[in-house]
Amino acid sequence: MAKHRGRGMASINYPIGMNLGGDPSQALVHSNPEGKFTVTLSAIDLGQGMKQVTRQIAAETLGVPIADVYVDTADSDTGPHDMGSFASRGTHRVGNAVMVAAKEARGVMLEAAAEELEVNAADLETDGRGQIHVKGAPSRAISVKDVAVAAQFRQGKTIAGRGIFLIPLSEVNAETGEMTPVSCYAHACLVAELEVDDETGEVAMLKMTSAYELGRAINPKMVEQQLVGGAWMGMSHALYETPEPYYPDIAHGPRDYNEYVMPGPADICPHDIAVLERPAPDGPFGGKGPGEMCANPVLPAIANAIFNAVGVRIDELPITPEKVLRAIKAQGGARPQGTPGGRR
Amino acid sequence: MAKTPVQFRLNGADKAVFVDGGENLLNALRRGIGDMSAKFGCGQGTCGVCTVLIDGEPQLACLTLAETCAGRAIETALGLAAGPNLHPLQAAFMEHFAAQCGFCTSGMLMAAKALLDRNPSPTREDVAEAISGNICRCTGYEPIINAVLEAASKRGGQPSGEQGRARI
Amino acid sequence: MLEFRKDYFQDERDDRLNEVGQPRQRQDMLGHVTGRTRYFDDHAFEGLLHLKVLRSPHPHARLRSIDVSAAERSAGVKRVIRAADVPVNKNTLLSLIGFGKDDEPLLAVDKVRYKGEPILAVVAESEAEAYAALAKIRLDCDPLPAVFDVEEAIKPGAPVVNETYPANTFEYHEKYNHQKLRFGDVERAFASADFVVEERYQMSPIEHAPTETNGSIAAPETNDRFVVHTCTQALFFSLGTAAKLLDLPSNRLHFIGGTVGGGFGGKVDSLTEPLAILGAMLTGRPVRYVLGREEEMLYGCPRGAERHYIKDAVLRDGRIIARKVTSYFDAGAYTRLSSYGAVKCIAHLPGPYTIPNVHADSYCVFTNRTPATAMRGFGITGVDFALEVQMDKLAHKVGMDPMEFRILNAYRDGDMKAHRRKAHNCALIECVQVAAEKAGWPIRDEFRRMNSLTGGGGERAVIPATASDEVGRIGTGRPASTTPPRAPALPIAPPPRVPQPVAAPPPPVPPAARPAAAPTPREQPKPAVPGPQHGATRFSSVFGTRRR
Repeated sequence: MAKHRGRGMASINYPIGMNLGGDPSQALVHSNPEGKFTVTLSAIDLGQGMKQVTRQIAAETLGVPIADVYVDTADSDTGPHDMGSFASRGTHRVGNAVMVAAKEARGVMLEAAAEELEVNAADLETDGRGQIHVKGAPSRAISVKDVAVAAQFRQGKTIAGRGIFLIPLSEVNAETGEMTPVSCYAHACLVAELEVDDETGEVAMLKMTSAYELGRAINPKMVEQQLVGGAWMGMSHALYETPEPYYPDIAHGPRDYNEYVMPGPADICPHDIAVLERPAPDGPFGGKGPGEMCANPVLPAIANAIFNAVGVRIDELPITPEKVLRAIKAQGGARPQGTPGGRR
Repeated sequence: MAKTPVQFRLNGADKAVFVDGGENLLNALRRGIGDMSAKFGCGQGTCGVCTVLIDGEPQLACLTLAETCAGRAIETALGLAAGPNLHPLQAAFMEHFAAQCGFCTSGMLMAAKALLDRNPSPTREDVAEAISGNICRCTGYEPIINAVLEAASKRGGQPSGEQGRARI
Repeated sequence: MLEFRKDYFQDERDDRLNEVGQPRQRQDMLGHVTGRTRYFDDHAFEGLLHLKVLRSPHPHARLRSIDVSAAERSAGVKRVIRAADVPVNKNTLLSLIGFGKDDEPLLAVDKVRYKGEPILAVVAESEAEAYAALAKIRLDCDPLPAVFDVEEAIKPGAPVVNETYPANTFEYHEKYNHQKLRFGDVERAFASADFVVEERYQMSPIEHAPTETNGSIAAPETNDRFVVHTCTQALFFSLGTAAKLLDLPSNRLHFIGGTVGGGFGGKVDSLTEPLAILGAMLTGRPVRYVLGREEEMLYGCPRGAERHYIKDAVLRDGRIIARKVTSYFDAGAYTRLSSYGAVKCIAHLPGPYTIPNVHADSYCVFTNRTPATAMRGFGITGVDFALEVQMDKLAHKVGMDPMEFRILNAYRDGDMKAHRRKAHNCALIECVQVAAEKAGWPIRDEFRRMNSLTGGGGERAVIPATASDEVGRIGTGRPASTTPPRAPALPIAPPPRVPQPVAAPPPPVPPAARPAAAPTPREQPKPAVPGPQHGATRFSSVFGTRRR
């Protein structure tokens, strides 16, 4: 009767967006009379932060400060079509659509500013703090607010833009499976360290260490939210969750949170994360979405760590204490594997 | 159904509402009064999203009969801020990005408030215990625990044990 | 704790940005902490009615008679909604993009195919009164034999779960009962391998279990439309589904989503909107339909179970030369999104590794259980579990460190993938290296020198000669099996290539140091249209499924 420590790893990639494409997203951007912008979408925020991600992309593209942009979404009367919030498509698809719309609006804004300053629009740049000035001559400037007033009340221009982003639907070959799944992938590698109690079969998570590559972190705090929260869900999937504990028998399905067990705040472990960014050629500022892949490497890393700890392979999820204990007993006891990698 | 009047204090204000026999406090707050901060998650007391404080104690509004609240003092998340000034817990949750979908947040804040009101210097374990009845499906709990510990330290309590570092 | 490794891929990025990359506070965070963020249920309606559903107690049964007379007379009941009240009572979710045949009723007619399937709905003044009325309904069923195991379900003679697909498998390209992936010659590779590892993996269903259950409130608006406050993750997807089932022009529906209280894929199937709207249509009042927790747990569409058989051929030096996978996606009683998930799995194989011979079959199988749907990692999570445990076993078999084993087999820029597109923008190697470094997991120098940008392409970019097979044709009556197909006659073409040894990639050249002030022009990456355009506009033309 002992607790055995083990360490295991897994590496994965993750497709960004709906498989095969064909999943459009649209966006509208417009300025109010004072140069404050609204991004109008129908895309849904489930907590992954759709509104804030698109807000930052819009502000960057327009060249205005974040406080001058708000995102309004989820009304089918006002928001243009979006396929939906799933398949890690939000940052990539909706983000791109917002960029297109914001670029158009920015173009009109610069044209209007050029007319006020009597220069060419190509000679102008935004400072990201609410001013538009001639490149190399910052004193020749006009505020975004003044441009908006001039455009709408004097020049008769609408500082607005529309955007759609669509990856054309790919065919699938019936005989070979040839297809174009997606245009970019995110990547991850995760190490799980845990402890297995060979008397109860219980697994306690000790630490996770990981590296995630996601193109461009639009907001680093929100990336952290996804990676930490997703790893928790991965741990929950690996060790606890199912509505069919005797699959394929449907009996004894949990009916509530007492019976559907998930790790609580005392079951979590530290998670040390590194983020890499290899921009997707067609991502908004290179962004890919971390929302789904953040859970995936945890499941096999845990299974591999359990093997390392006690020498048993559990190839069925969830890896419950019962399964671990039965396997240890069938093996005649725990067999710690030592440093992962075998012969050295 | 016959309607029974119930009077109580909600976030410091006198309220009165008519309830059906057997109606729970969650329904009375949401439908009767219009305080939507406490949420419906299970109706069985297993998820914690309906957590409110009744006379300072964290209670599950979905399991509390509205009629038993007569004359009591109820607190919900809508009453945490002092006018425009956020409660230290609210500010700490914001700073630590301790919410994603936000559905558990109201209940989580009330459970945390009850903890800090009775124990100004909680350990990490104290915090985990205090919120162990509040399920969060999004954050993985780590930022929530860090936020509560930070709020405790800001209010002047000396947290015992390590703050901000998870255990190994 | 989170750190950024900006040194990696630095020369592919312009980090001079103002807002992107900044830890700005979320637009919704203040609402969350003050309890003011609005979810679909945070709306008050005068005269609100409540809808509850009668659910099948059997996994498979013929409906003989339903007596609702006592329920209709029950206190507070405004309307009992039956199957005959549903204008278009048959749908499949992906009909919106032209994929698959309509196979699922909103309310069951004649037969129920899973325990929990909705049979009819009661609309009443309160939830308690709706539940009381449900209890008074007399339901007479003849239970039928049910099937719960995917491999049992595809055998001839198994109970037919879903008559739209009488062999209990989804039909791909109107030709096969599975989606194929064929690349090279796995059987030849198995014959020449040093080790062959064959394993079975099983993932049970998983529930999204969001703290907010599925629900919606539908109410008549003043302009002869219906406003619907919904928890959906896909506004127009749900609007379109409701419009079809209720035979309404789409612009008579005004869908408003709140923030969703946790989705994870479980709020795409539009479980409540159509009935809530129908209730509002039939009563002229606002109707609220929200799943209880037990309903959400057991009948609220989980991530479907998956079974993966993986057979790998590996050489002594650690290179994987063949991977053969047979995957079974348990769709439950109706298609929903599972047909699509099975294809996404094929697209993902063999994982982020360059393997010169790959063979896979992916099945979408019907059983008598709650219909499955997407969940975080749809089509990928289960197979990644299987693949990465398999990789660990392979590394152990050849006595190689698991990290080094991944790096050796990892895909690099320019490599051909099994679905016949070149890899680019790869970063698996770098993730493995950084994770190993952070975890204090030693790996040898030669593996620390490898990278995604060098060593790929060339020989590794060739599409090998590949035989095709006709196994699993719809209507042949032959059961699908996990044993390899008989080797068909090879096409008359150059003889199949023996898998070439993978050349060891040369050590990477360190990126040239950048001069201190070298302003690269600020480029906002344009959304590029990648790859060849096939011109397909509808899934129906991709998979050849005619809409019925």
